[in-house]
This record gives sequence, structure tokens and C-alpha cells, in this order.
Amino acid sequence: MLIVALAIAVYGTLASLYGAHIRNNVGLGGRTGRAWIASGRRAVYALFGVLAVCFVILVSAFLRSDFSFALVASHSSTTTPAFYQATAIWSSQEGSLLFWVFLLSGWSSAVLFLSRGRAREIAPYATAVLLGIAAFFCGLLVFLETPFGRLSPTPIEGAGLNPLLRHPAMMFHPPMLYSGYTLFTIPFAFAVGALITRRLSADWLRTVRPFALAAWMCLGIGIVLGARWSYSELGWGGYWGWDAVENASLMPWLIGTAFLHSAMVQEKRGMLRMWNVSLVLATGILALLGTFLVRSGVLNSIHAFGASTLGVPFLVLISVLVVGSVALVISRAPYMQSEHRLDSLLSREAIFLLNNLALVGLCFVILWGTFFPLISEAFTGEQSSVGPPWFSKYTMPLALLLVLLSGLGPALAWRRTTAANLRRELMAPVAIGAATLVVLLAAGVERRAAALAMFCLGAFVIAVVVQEFARGVRARRAMSSEGVPRAAVSLVRRNRRRYGGYIVHVGVTVLLVGVAASSTFQKADDVRLAPGERAKVGGYDIQYVRPTSRIDLASNGSLEKIDLGADLRVRRDGKAFKLHTERAYFPSNSAGLGAVSRYFEGEATSEVGLRAGLGHDLWTVVAPDTGLLDDTIERGDRVFAAATKLPAAQRAALLGETLRRLVARYPADAPPARFRVLVSPLVTWIWAGALIVLGGGLIAIWPAPFGATRRMRAPEAARLARELGKA
Amino acid sequence: MLLVLVVVVAAVILIAAPLRLGRGPAGEASASAQRADLEAAKEAKYREIRDAELDYRTGKLAREDWQQLDGALRADALQLLERIDELESAEATRDTG
Repeated sequence: MLIVALAIAVYGTLASLYGAHIRNNVGLGGRTGRAWIASGRRAVYALFGVLAVCFVILVSAFLRSDFSFALVASHSSTTTPAFYQATAIWSSQEGSLLFWVFLLSGWSSAVLFLSRGRAREIAPYATAVLLGIAAFFCGLLVFLETPFGRLSPTPIEGAGLNPLLRHPAMMFHPPMLYSGYTLFTIPFAFAVGALITRRLSADWLRTVRPFALAAWMCLGIGIVLGARWSYSELGWGGYWGWDAVENASLMPWLIGTAFLHSAMVQEKRGMLRMWNVSLVLATGILALLGTFLVRSGVLNSIHAFGASTLGVPFLVLISVLVVGSVALVISRAPYMQSEHRLDSLLSREAIFLLNNLALVGLCFVILWGTFFPLISEAFTGEQSSVGPPWFSKYTMPLALLLVLLSGLGPALAWRRTTAANLRRELMAPVAIGAATLVVLLAAGVERRAAALAMFCLGAFVIAVVVQEFARGVRARRAMSSEGVPRAAVSLVRRNRRRYGGYIVHVGVTVLLVGVAASSTFQKADDVRLAPGERAKVGGYDIQYVRPTSRIDLASNGSLEKIDLGADLRVRRDGKAFKLHTERAYFPSNSAGLGAVSRYFEGEATSEVGLRAGLGHDLWTVVAPDTGLLDDTIERGDRVFAAATKLPAAQRAALLGETLRRLVARYPADAPPARFRVLVSPLVTWIWAGALIVLGGGLIAIWPAPFGATRRMRAPEAARLARELGKA
Repeated sequence: MLLVLVVVVAAVILIAAPLRLGRGPAGEASASAQRADLEAAKEAKYREIRDAELDYRTGKLAREDWQQLDGALRADALQLLERIDELESAEATRDTG
């Protein structure tokens, strides 16, 4: 089936290119050219259909626990909950690649279907690029990483899903991330088409803009879900570690953000054509680089679940795309002259330009830090890496600048703003920002310059946006006499991009304020407590009330995991509440381990005890001391190793009884346990900010009612003519 | 195996249809890249007119600046509409002729 998909992708690429070639040579027959182009487009739809069948076959194998599929045997088991069996497909290298190309074919089909009446000169080349990239992934699946490898004889049980991936966020995080990456490939393909055909006006931008915005939103949601997973599953208490894979997802998002702003400048002013094309090409290549970093294992990462031999093919693809893109941009430079020049530095387009420079600078810093291990190895022969303090040192000033610009942008008009108008626009927001500083200092907030600057700028941005909404509603009411709520809805509905964008600015600001507060003012402590003992961390009085233990069984009755945990009682300001945290031990299938020890020597995950609030989060994990069980585990291993003649059923019953007694013994005689306790301010603001961004993004992407733009034309023409004295 | 055969046959029928008929979709014949450019420019101009008006009404643009800008934008928009009309007339003449 994958060979069929590869054949379709290769055929479609060639058909689209051939069709475009003969269409451009009228002597050879335009009609035939159109037929080949249409055939190439249909190849995209066919590819989507074939890959959908492949995907369904694989998902159904996971849900049926069909261990004759090597992929299912190595990434699932009968004890893996059904919810996670369905998503285990993207925990594997092969499944991820299939999922990637399946999404790419789906989004490509969507864009080609929706834009079939537009960008007709560009579309065949875009189709060829999309199918060419799809062919690359199909080639990997056919020749290097087939997801349909079979095992004979069929194993009775699978290895199970990596326990770290058994988290609800993992149901959505990879699909959103991969949707972002694949959606960013679409603007990339259309940019290549626009460059080849030299059709570099705003038409191609109009076609790809919704897809670029959707890519930006999907990637953003994926990044935040990954952060949430890291915060609540990885047991270190952070949501962002400047890990290579995290950075790889952030880079295309940043350049995509720059593009969404600069595209508006091209649409309105015919400026920044070369810049926009370059940003789109960079975003597409960075999206592929992100996939490369996750899948190649070239850089160490806690997220790189599939180290493999895919590095070389990916490197070749990325090199071809980089060289091809640079060559195309250079060769088409004469066709990308700006129609206008910047009228004034006090204009929205000037702010957008600055915002673009800051975003690209931020991306460059992250790129440098991410690849520093490889750069240092190339020059010194030894890999050395840069840590979070290095990233914070360079990214914090740029983040502050971006927040400032996200407040200034909405306050300025296109083309030019007079100094008097700017003063009027900024007076109240600046006063609110300054008042925020005074209030924070008066409240005794620690004097940390960067964090305080972020809080003040955050207040400034929110004030600007609130003022914009208030003035917009007032203007709307003056024109229509509507009530405030209705005027607000009408204002947003008629100016979705503008006000959706403002809401996104608020969301990003709230998110960054949360990041600044939680990373600057976090209180962390590691304490060792015996049952009944207490400790004070960040103003909380935490008592280790009792140890707990439990065996979790899967739906088929097999042991899924053993949980050793702790019940805590927490007090602060006269209020008390309970928290529970535990360490989950998953059985290992390693043949070298004993019958009992395999239940304690496999993967282990931490279940976080979390009390989240608007002001701050109390976060804790326990590391139980299993030392007192070691003797019993060792004795059990010896007994079961010697009992080779015991019937299987009796052996299983005895093993079950041994484990039950072991687990029951832990709370009865538990030694002191280690606890990591964090008190982090405003973490909830990060998730709330992300939700606000999502809301704003949905408003901005929501299409205008069908036919609205067409209906507007006749009255608009009459009105224009009348007002210009030509009617 | 049967599934693969069905998928291959369906894919071939889908992909080969335009080649069998010897042409692309009917609408494609009247494709006008120039018109697409003009429509895009018109939409952008309308948006610019609306944005300028909103900027003025929310106090970001002085009245005289807005009036000057609005006049220029409307003149541009009218030119675009006239060019679209000319193109439509030319296409209609070509189709009927």
C-alpha cells in the first residue's frame, strides 16, 4: 500500500510539472497541459485516500493488540489502556512518519480543493512541491522505516507504550505539532510556485494566509500542550527546558509569527515582498528541521523518542530545500521590488518591521543555542551545550521588546501617526504601566528588573488593547446607535483580523507575564520526610501524613503498574487541603530481570500532586525509598528462578500473591521519602494566556460570510464614484 | 491483497479521468491570472479604506490626514474596479465571439 502511495506521489509531482511546462508553451497545447495539471491535483486527493487506508489499518492493529505487526508489539501491550493504544501510533518512528505524510496529504488536498479557482499559475508548482515532499516521506516509509513489518511467530504480549507518554496531552500534542509543521509546508510550496512563475503580488499570500494562520495556531497549541505535559508528567516541575526538540517547534512558530505580521504590510502597501517570501521559505524549512530533530536523534532530547538512521536523508532534503530556496530568491530579486517606501517611523508598518527583526533575532538565538553542541564539536572536537541561563540571557530582552511592540502596534495607524495622536493614544496605557510598577514595589515584590519590566509592559499592552476596544465600540455606536454589547460584537465581526489579533496580543502578554513570574520568583526545595513529619516551603506547611501503595490492573486483569505514593496535608494562612503524589512503576519485559524485580526495574513515572491557582501553584512529587523491599524482591527472584517445574497457572497465582504482599508491606513500614516541592507564581496564567491566544486566533481565522465581498462590490463602486464626483 | 487492488483501481480512475477526457475542469479555461491579481488588490484596497476609517474614528489619524488618505485610496479602488470591468468585458466578448 505504501508503494502505491509512493508511486502516486512521484507521478503527481511529475504530472504537475509536465502540465505546467506544456501549458506555458502554448504551441504544445494548453488543453493538454490543464489535463495533466488536473491529474496531478487529483493525485494529491488519491494520496490522501491511500494514506488514510494505511493509517486506519495501523490504528486498528493497535486497538486489536495485533502483535503480528512489529510496530504494535514494540509500542503497545494488552495492559496499555485503550485510550493510549489509539495514540501509540505516533510514539513510534514509523507511525510518526506515516502520520506526518498523512496529515500533509490531507492539508494539501484541502488547500488545493479550496483554492482551485485561484492562484492557477502557481498551483501546479505548489502541487509538485507538496507531492515531492510527500514522496520523500513515502520513500522513507517504503525503504527505511516501514510501519507494516511483521513478526513470526506472533508474540503473546507487547512491550507497552512508554509510560511517559501515557498522559492526556499526548493524545493531542503530537497531532497538533505535526499539523503545524505540515500546514507550514503549504505556504512554503506556494511561495516556491510564486517564485518560479514570478507571480509575487499579494494573490498567493491571500491563498495561503488562512493555512499559515492555522499552522501557527496548531503549532502554538502543540507547543503549549507539550509544556503542560512536561509540567505535569516529567517530574522536574518545569514547563520549558530549552530542549532541542522544544526549540525546534518554537523556531518555525516565531518565524511564522513574523510572516503573519509582514504579510499584512505586503497586502496593504506592496512592501516587503522578498522578506515575506524568505520568511515563508524559512518557516517551511524550519518545520522540516523540527521533524528532523525529533526523528533523527542528532541532538540529545528528552522528547526524541525515535533515534534512528534518518539523519542523512533528512539532511539531504533540508540541504536541497535551503540551496533551492536561496537560488530562487536571488534569481527572482528583480521581481520583488517594493511598490512603496516606509512613509514614517511612527507607523504600524514600521512597528511590524521592528517586530519582524526581533522575532528573527529571537529565532537566530534559539537556532544558535540549539545547534551549539554540533557547532562546538565541529570546532573543538567536543560536544558542549548551552543551558537555560544562556537562553534566558538573550531571549528575555528580545521578549521584552516584543511585548512593548505588541502594545505600540495597535496604537499606531498605517502609513503615519502624528506625534499628537500618538501622545493621546499612549498616555493612559503608559500611566497604567507606571502605576503597575509603583503598586508592585509598594507590595514588596522582589526587585528583579526583567520580571518587573515584563509586568509593567504587560499592563501597558492590556491597557492599549482595552482602550482600542473601548474607542472602537464608541466609534461603532456613533455610527449605528447600537448598545455596547452589540456594538462590541459588530466591531469584532466586521474587523476580525484586527481585533482577533489584538486578543492574541493580550494572550501572548498574559502568557509571558506567567513565564516571567514563575521563572523568576519560584521557590523550590527538596525535603526528606518520614510519615508524620512536616516541612515549610514557600509559606506552605506540608505534612507527610501517610505512605500509600496500590496495584493497578489493566482491563484484561494483568498488572499494569505498581504505585507507591504519599498523602500530604498542606496548611497556609489558616486554610488546609490534601494532596496526593505517587511514583508509578511499570513492569519491564527484559529477559535479564527476575520474576519479581521486573515489576520494579522497568520505567517509572511521577504523578504530580498539584494545587493550581490564579496566584500560584503548589507542585510536589515523591521519590519513595524502596530499599526496605529489596531483600524480599531478591528472595522472590531466587525462589521463582528455582521453581521451574511449577505449572504456569500456579506460578502466576503465587507471583500475584507475592506482589500483593510486597506492595502491602510498603505503607506499613515505609522509610522516609524524598519530596520535591515547588511554589511557582502565575503558572496558571501561562495556560490561560494560551487559551486567550487560541480564542483570538479563531476570531482572526474565521472566514467572512460567503459572498460578502462580492455583494459589496456594486454599492461600493457607486459610493466610490459618487464621493469622487464621477457619478 | 484485494484491498490493495481496490485502492489501486480507485486511484487510477481518479487520477486518469482528466487525461481520459483530454482537458482540465471546465472553469479552468477562463482562468485569468491578471484578474486574480486585480481582485486581490481590490480586496486589499477595501480593507485599507475600512482600516483607515477605523483608525480615524478611534483617534489614531488626524482628520486631514484621513481625508487625504481616504481620497487617494478610493481613487485607487475605483481604478481597480474599472480595470476589472474592462477585463470582464473583454472575457465576455471573447466567450461570445
